[in-house]
Amino acid sequence: MALPQRKTDIGPPHYKQFLPPVIQKNYGKWKYHEVLTPGTMVHVGESGDKIWTVRVASPRLLSTATIREQCDIAEKYCDGYLRYTTRNNVEFIVSDEKKLEPLKKELKDKGFKMGGIGYGISNIVHTQGWVHCHSAATDASGLVKSMMDELYEYFESKRLPNKLRLAVACCVNMCGAVHCSDIAIVAVHTKIPTIAHANFKNMCELPTVIGSCPTRAISPDTAQKSVKINPEKCMFCGNCFTVCPPMSIKDPERDGIAIVVGGKVSTLRTNPKFSKLVIPYISNEPPRWPKVVAAVKHIVEVYAANARKHERVGEWIERVGWERFFSLTGIEFTFHSIDDFTFMRDTLRTSPAFKW
Amino acid sequence: MKKYNTPLIDDLEKGPWPSFVTEMKKAAKTNEMANDAVGHLEKCYSTKVGYWKHGGIVGVLGYGGGVIGRYSELGDEFPGVAHFHTVRLNQPSGFFYTSKALKEICDIWDKYGSGITNMHGSTGDLVLLGCRTESLEAVFAEYSSRGWDLGSSGSALRTPSCCVGPARCEWANYDTLDLNYALTQEFQDEMHRPSFSYKFKFKLSGCACDCVASLARSDMSIIGTWKGNIVIDQAEVKNYAKNRMDINAEIVNMCPTQCISYDGKEMKIDNAECSRCMHCIAKMTKALKPSGEKGATICIGSKAPIVVGSLLSWVVVPFIKLEPPYTELKELIRKIWDWWDENAKPRERIGEVIETKGMRSFLEYIGVPPLPQQIKEPRKDPFMFYTEEDITAYKAKEAEEKKTGKYKF
Repeated sequence: MALPQRKTDIGPPHYKQFLPPVIQKNYGKWKYHEVLTPGTMVHVGESGDKIWTVRVASPRLLSTATIREQCDIAEKYCDGYLRYTTRNNVEFIVSDEKKLEPLKKELKDKGFKMGGIGYGISNIVHTQGWVHCHSAATDASGLVKSMMDELYEYFESKRLPNKLRLAVACCVNMCGAVHCSDIAIVAVHTKIPTIAHANFKNMCELPTVIGSCPTRAISPDTAQKSVKINPEKCMFCGNCFTVCPPMSIKDPERDGIAIVVGGKVSTLRTNPKFSKLVIPYISNEPPRWPKVVAAVKHIVEVYAANARKHERVGEWIERVGWERFFSLTGIEFTFHSIDDFTFMRDTLRTSPAFKW
Repeated sequence: MKKYNTPLIDDLEKGPWPSFVTEMKKAAKTNEMANDAVGHLEKCYSTKVGYWKHGGIVGVLGYGGGVIGRYSELGDEFPGVAHFHTVRLNQPSGFFYTSKALKEICDIWDKYGSGITNMHGSTGDLVLLGCRTESLEAVFAEYSSRGWDLGSSGSALRTPSCCVGPARCEWANYDTLDLNYALTQEFQDEMHRPSFSYKFKFKLSGCACDCVASLARSDMSIIGTWKGNIVIDQAEVKNYAKNRMDINAEIVNMCPTQCISYDGKEMKIDNAECSRCMHCIAKMTKALKPSGEKGATICIGSKAPIVVGSLLSWVVVPFIKLEPPYTELKELIRKIWDWWDENAKPRERIGEVIETKGMRSFLEYIGVPPLPQQIKEPRKDPFMFYTEEDITAYKAKEAEEKKTGKYKF
């Protein structure tokens, strides 16, 4: 069968055709919203119109079969309209309150999980991992599934002092921008790359490879028409592997997981912050990563028990001090948490005023 | 179809959270590629290494991006993933869809690809995972003839993305969906034919709550704000108090500029001292509302840690009005790209180039004056680049002072 005529540079379809009529009518004229339950909220327009949103969990990786099931529900209750969120949840919006409970019932009956709104834990943003990435040091989807199973009550019902944003990056490239999350998992390498010298000259550009190294650990190896790595300078970032496939950095027994905490992106109360390293290494243990999951749950529980209302993880830690964070959580403080790279000057303490 | 024994990833089908393994298996019921992807993933779980190769150069005619080549090292063992390319479809602003459109997307994907998707990728695209090289042109013809275009990849403008904005949020200070659409349409060439030193991302948030995390992960963060007073509905303030909000503890004492007061009856805000952080508005949305001129703050430079550490975006233009056709913003963007293009080494993001060349060089080129709103604090060391023009200007100012007898600091 002949293919239809291709078109180029048309850009995405105009969003307006996908907006429910009630949203088109109240566009830019919303008055306020209220979180009714962790899975539902209502938005009220200046016109008096109301819309109820039901938020549903998603593994982000969806089969076309599941997307069709979501579409069927949207057709039955929402005139065929649905949307996804930046954290990969699915949202069903109804403008008739009478449809709300039947929608929720059907979602529940079909096994969809409602939650993620307000002061709890929403979906975890994450990277591709072993499902589809060449530089993954672990599997992001599996870590997400393992953590969300354990933290599920914070998605569905249990509340926290403020929202808590989790993220997973399967290597230090951090495609998921985990570096400003309340708690984030980042997979790390711990050994210098091995170089397949014979392939270097065919697959890699020497200046690009040398330039890719943040610590200038790479220099030319003229005899082999390749490069060599100074092991004392290599910080295992893997950026050389990104530009030069023969410099393999994967190691199944040595790749691991680090945990960073205390980041945020909004300006509410305090400025946006990076997440900071508190646990430098946990072994990579698929399929359930039990120690990683236990560590994250522990940090969530210590935060829940100690933070004041409205404090995000990073705000709570800044109020009590990092030394107190380590004593409250019982996490061992190691050399790895002392910055010896680009942020050293900003992060060392310059005052004898601190807590024991 | 080959039946794989997958005990490790089967464990990830248990538990309350929806399972990506279940999704892959659902696709695998009718799709050979998805079936091999399941077996391939089990292999990764058993050996604890990935087997995907670096992307090769694949794509559709006339485009330099939008498709990411992906091949497995284990193509003989798992032929269905020998080619498993990613197709990025440019998502509609705000991730709104109709079931009709989505089902059509699914039908095409089932016909040519693995039946596995990501709704959505981190940047925002609707991601279709797993397609063979020879199917790419057909996939593109099917989608583009129905109004869908590819997103972006490589050293190009990446697919812009925005928050839900005025579609369903009372806090949007500009029309994020419309600007997102306008920028995407304006810069199709920059998206589809990579000509930059490295990637460049726009993320659009309607207010400082920043629901798309633009400040952390976009070279240009466009964050909505306003110039004007916060309007207070005192009756609603009373309602919050009645509903047991401790206004002094939760609002007044948590205000970073201490510009709010509340005497148990009436709330007052010293608007000149407000830094527009959004805390009070977000917690008392029925009672408090921004008013006056609406627009955005433009921040530049954020990125993840590779190569020498993460960056958050820096305030460059404290306030810009954003109304169609957005001419001022589009001109600013082109100037920013010009400067980046002239100064960047390969694979240098704009934030890194600003660090190397200095904020002054950047601001002078794009024609933005130095402003205290751009910094947290002034420089601490006394080493500065004084140009001849700088000294001439300072001397001229002093000569003027001698004439008038009045110092102007």
